[in-house]
Amino acid sequence: MFIRVKFTKTGAIRYIGHLDVMRYFQKCIRRAEIDVAYTGGFSPHQIMTFASPLSVGLESQAEYMDLKLNSMTSLQDIADALNAVSVPEIRIADVGLLPENAGNAMASVAAADYQIEFRAGKVPACLAAEGSEQSALDPDKCRAVIEKTLGRTEIPYTKVLKKGERILDLRPGILEFRFDEETNSLFLRCDASSAGNIKPIQVLESICAMEGETLAQYALLVTRLEMYTRTAAEEGAEGELIPMIGICEEHLA
Amino acid sequence: MMKTDFLALPDEILLSIDKPERYIGHEVNAVVKDLSQVQVRFAMCFPDVYEIGMSHLGIQILYDMFNSFEDTWCERVYSPWTDLDKVLREKKIPLFALESQSPVKDFDFLGITIQYEMCYTNILQVLDLAQIPLEAKDRTWDVPIVIGGGPCTYNPEPIADFFDLFYIGEGETQYRALLDLYKECRKNGATREEFLRKAGCLPGIYAPSLYDVTYNEDGTIASFLPRFPEMPKKIRKEIVGELDDTYYPMKPVVPYIKCTQDRVVLEIMRGCIRGCRFCQAGELYRPVRQRSVETLKRYAMEMLKNTGHEEISLSSLSSSDYTHLPELLDYLLEECSKRHINISLPSLRIDAFSLDVMSKVQDVKKTSLTFAPEAGSQRLRDVINKGLSEEVILSGAREAFEGGWTRVKLYFMLGHPGETDEDIVGIGDLANKIAAEFFDAVPKEKRVNGRVQIVVSTSFFVPKPFTAFQWAPQCSKEQFIEKAYTCRQGIASQLNQKSIKYNWHEADVSVLEGVLARGDRRLCKVIKRAYEKGCFYDAWSEYYKNDVWMETFEECGVDPDFYTVRERPDDEIFPWDFIDCGVSRKFLLQEWHNSKEGKVTNNCADKCSGCGAASFGVGICFAARS
Repeated sequence: MFIRVKFTKTGAIRYIGHLDVMRYFQKCIRRAEIDVAYTGGFSPHQIMTFASPLSVGLESQAEYMDLKLNSMTSLQDIADALNAVSVPEIRIADVGLLPENAGNAMASVAAADYQIEFRAGKVPACLAAEGSEQSALDPDKCRAVIEKTLGRTEIPYTKVLKKGERILDLRPGILEFRFDEETNSLFLRCDASSAGNIKPIQVLESICAMEGETLAQYALLVTRLEMYTRTAAEEGAEGELIPMIGICEEHLA
Repeated sequence: MMKTDFLALPDEILLSIDKPERYIGHEVNAVVKDLSQVQVRFAMCFPDVYEIGMSHLGIQILYDMFNSFEDTWCERVYSPWTDLDKVLREKKIPLFALESQSPVKDFDFLGITIQYEMCYTNILQVLDLAQIPLEAKDRTWDVPIVIGGGPCTYNPEPIADFFDLFYIGEGETQYRALLDLYKECRKNGATREEFLRKAGCLPGIYAPSLYDVTYNEDGTIASFLPRFPEMPKKIRKEIVGELDDTYYPMKPVVPYIKCTQDRVVLEIMRGCIRGCRFCQAGELYRPVRQRSVETLKRYAMEMLKNTGHEEISLSSLSSSDYTHLPELLDYLLEECSKRHINISLPSLRIDAFSLDVMSKVQDVKKTSLTFAPEAGSQRLRDVINKGLSEEVILSGAREAFEGGWTRVKLYFMLGHPGETDEDIVGIGDLANKIAAEFFDAVPKEKRVNGRVQIVVSTSFFVPKPFTAFQWAPQCSKEQFIEKAYTCRQGIASQLNQKSIKYNWHEADVSVLEGVLARGDRRLCKVIKRAYEKGCFYDAWSEYYKNDVWMETFEECGVDPDFYTVRERPDDEIFPWDFIDCGVSRKFLLQEWHNSKEGKVTNNCADKCSGCGAASFGVGICFAARS
């Protein structure tokens, strides 16, 4: 059976790279004595898949990992056992039983939500409140810039690759973009699929470039809030976005 | 509790350096204490990069011990890598400990483990970045007591100026007394020197600033004496008597980043029965003491459970000599296979038993077997007292080839005292005979990759204190290179030379290692000057600056040859003679003479040779012999 585990990654642990988070969970699962399934051969490894890797330095409220188990007592026991042996910065937020036909976490990511804040002194002028020394957002300026951004038919972004450069169009990947009053930050829902993944920093760099500015280095404080998968497409209509855990018929939270 | 998300380095720095995980702490099993409940703060440092330092068992043992003391909080410190080193200097950020992320200079103690000579400049890097004066004489109560431990402290003299204290021997025994003395002295308003003077009277503790050295005209030592009458003329190493009854970390810290030693390490015994004459560890850790197999089984399971590591490794100087090895391995094989845990075997003596075990835990097609004959001829193996005969090597290799192995690694040293060209050519001969054994043992149709692969590696021999070869001349750089060339020629002329690959080490580093290993206090200024001129991470070949070191010796008026190429007379006073490691100088001298005559000495399991370690009253010296 496959289960899907949703976990947070916060605080100092934001500096742990993706591969090391995988290694962390391999050890965590052994400490928790979870009856995970292994591959065969001389170096058997746990059967696990992670959804879209999180860049180093970002926090997340919703990372996902799929695990193949031989047995378990209950979903709650899995969550409790993992939390008991985990560092405080990584918490198991939810565990669900995956349906037989579900695609794995990596392949089925469609979109992600991000909360975007700025480090003190690094808010771009086009978004910054007057007199805040580029340390606070101005809601009206944010709304105006976002409206302008969403109004564009094309948002070209030059991605630097190992072999030269590639020009992407970010616009189709921006699914929702708004100023969030409650948290006083920007909210971005964007494509996170393997084919069309875009990153918050790319969107903000493009905005700055359009406004004739350059985004300061290490300006963004980004938190991933949720990751989505898409339900099967109906005739003539694209599938619907649901949180990754949502395809589990049974889950805790 | 402390706020757990506080980091000493701002995001801009952590995001701009390689592997920020090295500097953030927060690992599983890292110990965090409430500072208001702590009276002694101990920073434990391994002066190399995190991945190396985190792999060291000794620190894990002491970390566990210190943190088991209610009044003490022990944290870890490693050498920042060169990228962060630059940033810390530029921004004047003081070096910090991982757990609290607070500056090392605010601690009561900075303990530094000194595992190899080539880390001496990194000690200065750590002190410098911590904003602690490099020389002990310039320090006040504003900075921690800097104390060194580990194998290199058996000759602490080349780094004596940089330490307030050295701990000679195994750390489990005297630290509690030292911390209590410290608390008392601080409470009573004692001066730093008063504390050091009292500390220097504790067993195993050496306070270098309170000893005076005088020299003869020829540069050798005339006298080495304490400045105060109550202080010991000789400092005897500390050891743990009963290994089942001491500290061992049941919850070792589990790093996020992949470290050199990414596994549970089970120390099965201390010391070695063998008595190879080149080997310092073999003398320093005498007498041999074993852990009971029951204790080890319990430790193994508990540590695997608490860490979640997917591998366990046995640690000792010679695991094949552990009395209950078959029972321990049988147990581990059974328990680990249930849990999908690998057993990483240390270099075992190759015989039917070890081959059987290895075939169970490794893919024989992918792994290689290791032999360490150390010398190419039987004559020279007798000189170095390496009890491994050609017959044993060849029959072990044959069995291995029959068992499916096709790769063999051979380790040798070049530059043993009395080595001749014939001995060196013997290396090629031996490798050739092993290859021939393969072609003889394995019929053509059964040869997996069609051929056998033999990798010969040579390092250069550096004489170390407290060995029979402490009197011996070390080869010059030119001699080393000449020997490597002879070895290569010897291999190239073999019939099976196509099956043999040859690797050799750089000679420069071995020369410097030799100077530092048998050096005296006059080297402190050279090390400090070399550091000031940019030398650190000398153990990393890409950062080793031989030309700067050689230039610094000249600038300081110190001749490296004095410490290396000279054969020392039998009665010369050595800089490390004030240390008593249990093995007597008389025994070592007798071994030096035996080596010149090619006379072998029994190992401890066969017969006691009277080395002196029995004076500790524990271990194999008192066990029944087979």
